[in-house]
Amino acid sequence: MSTTLLAVQTLNGLQLGILLFLIAAGLTLVFGVMDFINLAHGVQYMLGAYLAVAGYQLTGSFWLALIIGLALALFCGLVLEFLVFRRLYDRDHLDQVLATFGVILFLNEAVKVIWGAAPLSLPAPNLLDGAIPLVNNLQYPVYRLALIVSGLGVAALLYVLVTRTRVGMLVRAGATNPDMVAALGVNIRRLFMIVFGFGTMLAGFAGIMAAPILSVEPGMGDNLLILAFVVIVVGGIGSIRGAFLAALIIGLVDTLGRSFATDIAKLALPPAAANDVGPALASMLIYILMAAVLFFRPSGLFPVRSA
Amino acid sequence: MKRILTALAATAFAGCAALSAGAVPSKAETLKIGLLATLSGPPAVLGQHMRDGFLLGVKEADGRLGGLETEVIVVDDELKPDAAITKVQGLLERDKVDMMAGVVFSNVMMAVYRPIIESETIFIGANSGPSPIAGRGCSPYFFSTSWQNDQNHEVMGRYASDQNYGNVIVMAPNYQAGKDAIAGFKRHFRGNVVDEIYTKLGQLDFSAEIARIADEQPDAVFTFMPGGMGVNLVKQYSQAGLNGLIPFLSAFTVDETTLPATRDMAVGLYGGAQWAANLDNEANNKFVRDFENEYGYAPSLYAAQGYDAARLIHEAVKLNNGISDKQGLLATLNAAPFESVRGDFRFNSNQFPIQDFYLVQAVQRSKDVYITEAVEKVFDDVGDSYAGSCRM
Repeated sequence: MSTTLLAVQTLNGLQLGILLFLIAAGLTLVFGVMDFINLAHGVQYMLGAYLAVAGYQLTGSFWLALIIGLALALFCGLVLEFLVFRRLYDRDHLDQVLATFGVILFLNEAVKVIWGAAPLSLPAPNLLDGAIPLVNNLQYPVYRLALIVSGLGVAALLYVLVTRTRVGMLVRAGATNPDMVAALGVNIRRLFMIVFGFGTMLAGFAGIMAAPILSVEPGMGDNLLILAFVVIVVGGIGSIRGAFLAALIIGLVDTLGRSFATDIAKLALPPAAANDVGPALASMLIYILMAAVLFFRPSGLFPVRSA
Repeated sequence: MKRILTALAATAFAGCAALSAGAVPSKAETLKIGLLATLSGPPAVLGQHMRDGFLLGVKEADGRLGGLETEVIVVDDELKPDAAITKVQGLLERDKVDMMAGVVFSNVMMAVYRPIIESETIFIGANSGPSPIAGRGCSPYFFSTSWQNDQNHEVMGRYASDQNYGNVIVMAPNYQAGKDAIAGFKRHFRGNVVDEIYTKLGQLDFSAEIARIADEQPDAVFTFMPGGMGVNLVKQYSQAGLNGLIPFLSAFTVDETTLPATRDMAVGLYGGAQWAANLDNEANNKFVRDFENEYGYAPSLYAAQGYDAARLIHEAVKLNNGISDKQGLLATLNAAPFESVRGDFRFNSNQFPIQDFYLVQAVQRSKDVYITEAVEKVFDDVGDSYAGSCRM
């Protein structure tokens, strides 16, 4: 284990963290502000990726595909909000879980009927297609750097929106006491619709950005949804800042665990046993972390400050 | 939904067949086959290839395998062993199928194998070949038109030895099939395995593993990464600039089910297989042409195995003049009286194939079509390592 490898793995961990943040941001926003558990967030991420692939097949340009994908993802999100989710805001969490789980099944199957079961691809744009040499033949794709930059951009945008704008103020107020905000003459339904639409676009954006490095296939969001939930639980539900920091922590813990758990296990165990224990431990690490956070700080590491 | 559609299609198909049969009033024998495949969830594409291959074989016999009106009931196992058992019992007891075929995944195979062979129903496996049923649990009612699970990995191990690779990193998901894959690779590999990397099942990001590979600079990498995991790995391996620098040997990772997603990034990567589109024999040329005309996509080894299963049934039933003499049919099937699309094919003592295995490489055939091509024969007429413990 060399220090350069450690540095490279740290970079990889941060980058995985940023990808997780892109997905978790929308989830925590909708959950935190609207108290609405949206399990369908993962399929909205998938939908973003598929719509961008469709856009790419039509136009042949990644950038146009990005715009088309975002617009269509927003449209689909609003249609879903109008048809299904709107009816769930006042129901309890179990109803929300059931209904949005149904949406997962429906959309996964719909995607398969429309685009087929085989995985698809979205090529990275030419502008970001190159790679930067790191060490020992290893190159770092420029696209991954762009992913990091876009994740930081989203974080900054969200920060400004929520803390520095009038809409952000209303959103924060609506999260604390929706009835009072409504009584003051704010259309709370419309406000929630804006928040939900924005959350949907974030999910779609994450899907589009992930498409050039990950496989675009039915069910691609299901795995990430679980990780996104781990992130928002560790970070503190509803906290954008918490989601950002927790995503970086989870990304780092997972990547470094995968890289070095077996080596560390080999210090204490014979190689064959280490090969069994290391990977098993590595895949448990983030869940152990989550359990520890829930035990010691049930409201998360960086909870929303209550007024 | 898809299942209902295929069921409807099968019924409609059977309906047409029944109508045309009705024109000539006779007590014609019919053949009812249950085809069990995984058609939902992310791995559905494998089941789809296998099913399409099988149905093409039925279609080319004008819907009459061996001259008998054939009804194929396609059933989705959902990749759930318990659901598969219920559905298989329905096929055996309610639908009274004459034969069973298919099965993509080994966990499903292990669940349905006993109920099928204990009902003395002829069972043609078209993909999964776990070691228990190739060895001690073999049965005169079970025939495989694919391989025993270890074999494609053994091909890569032998090839790595032939290339005198001294140091190899092996990588597989951390579950039983992944460990079997690595054991299979090691069986014929004489060099040194410098590192065994076990990843999480369903892992998305492989940058940590790729950084490790680049750091250790092995002579080659062997991996078994089925489905979407393989797509992710291949994309990221190529984006990290390792494609072309460190040879990428694989099994069930680079094939026609994943190439539509990996495209250029997979070109040049190696796999081990018993079939490829460019194997030059009459049966294969016809199969590849007809398959692409019928379905509009390039067939994979799963499609070839499904097609061979239907062809095997067709020729054996024809030779045996029907299915009423079951013992005779078993003997006829055992002689493998058909032209396999992979060329050499006969059954071993455990009724798994004795066949050739090839090093295959991903190539771009035309603008949007990527396929695997056999570049070198690695094993000639080989059976699996478990046939010795099969007693029939």
